[in-house]
Amino acid sequence: MSDGGQQLCGGGTCKGLCGGKGFETLKDGAWTSNPLAIQVLGICSALAVTNRLENSLVMGAALIFVCVGSNLFVSLLRKHTPHRIRMIAEVAIIATFVILFDQFLKAFYWDMSKQLGPYVGLIITNCIVMGRAEAFALQNPPVLSIVDGFANGFGYAVALAVIGACRELFGSGEILGYKLLSATWYEPNQLMILAPGAFFTFGIVIAVFNAIKGPDEEESK
Amino acid sequence: MSETSAIVILIAAVFTNNILLTNFLGMCSFIACSGQIETAVGLGTAVTFVMTVTAMINYAIYHFILAPLNLVHLQFIVFIAVIAAFVQLVEMFIERFSPKLYFALGIFLPLITVNCAILGASLFMINRNYNFVQSVGFGFGAGVGWAVAIILMAGLRQKMRYSNIPQPFKGVPIAMIVTCVLAMAFMGFAGMVSIQ
Repeated sequence: MSDGGQQLCGGGTCKGLCGGKGFETLKDGAWTSNPLAIQVLGICSALAVTNRLENSLVMGAALIFVCVGSNLFVSLLRKHTPHRIRMIAEVAIIATFVILFDQFLKAFYWDMSKQLGPYVGLIITNCIVMGRAEAFALQNPPVLSIVDGFANGFGYAVALAVIGACRELFGSGEILGYKLLSATWYEPNQLMILAPGAFFTFGIVIAVFNAIKGPDEEESK
Repeated sequence: MSETSAIVILIAAVFTNNILLTNFLGMCSFIACSGQIETAVGLGTAVTFVMTVTAMINYAIYHFILAPLNLVHLQFIVFIAVIAAFVQLVEMFIERFSPKLYFALGIFLPLITVNCAILGASLFMINRNYNFVQSVGFGFGAGVGWAVAIILMAGLRQKMRYSNIPQPFKGVPIAMIVTCVLAMAFMGFAGMVSIQ
């Protein structure tokens, strides 16, 4: 599980930083070790659903919900889960919350559910959720785990919203249906909505994040 | 849709609808394991194999167990369990019968459980109402497409090690930009064949 390994080291540094305080945990998840921009976890869905801001927001909400729910239950059960089968237990808990959200979308927001398609289900394999359960919730009490789940979900949602807003703005010249770049001088760049635009925007966003944060201690390959 | 032949679906899944470059699935291991060509080939092979077989198993489970019993909403949890169990099984099998292959593929197998491309392929197959033959074609094609993309990327990244990249772009950002160019190149195949 090299993904698991990555998450473990990500969680390791985080654990050192949080030291058990709620606010620290919150700041850590949402900014200093933002799951998407710094740890680069869970990018599959981040790229797929960000062609419009609306989709990004729903996906962000889904992730917050699943992260909080699964962190809470993994944490509650952490003393009763045998170490050997903890992975499958985590997956089962996460899948349950994903199913709940999927059913909710299908019942109340059918159009949105249609648009997101299989990507809702793919939250199960989103490394962030699994990573937080494995690295944080297994060692920490329920309340703190909820905070951590929320912080990471929130960090992810913010990053998604930024990417989604950029792509929608440059791809169609509007955000959430409001025309911002007028068609008289701006020719919408369809490429931003298509796949290459996702990769490009995401690359730029991480680069900007890196530039703000300053040089990274871990040297890239 | 349902008349599209499996061969067309296979070709489309490799080129025009590449699961990585157009559907963004399997990005985590794509970024993490595209450092070297040998690694990429090993992982690509393992993914292709697991994807083909799990597409078949999940097809059977969905249409013969979940659908008749009206348990479709449980598909996520069932699919992921099937994938995890199958990967475990394959790992034990290979370890027992071909230690050589085990050492070549061994470390990549557990990785595959968390590869969203595998679960994604099964979900797409259900979403698009493929029949059994089409599902096999799609599973195999998607696997090959993923392997092609990661091997290409590994080749590019090996070259990139010697180029002078601005500091903030080092690592993941430049990988994403290269992937963007790769995705654009693959868009050139569009129109060759098409599935939705």
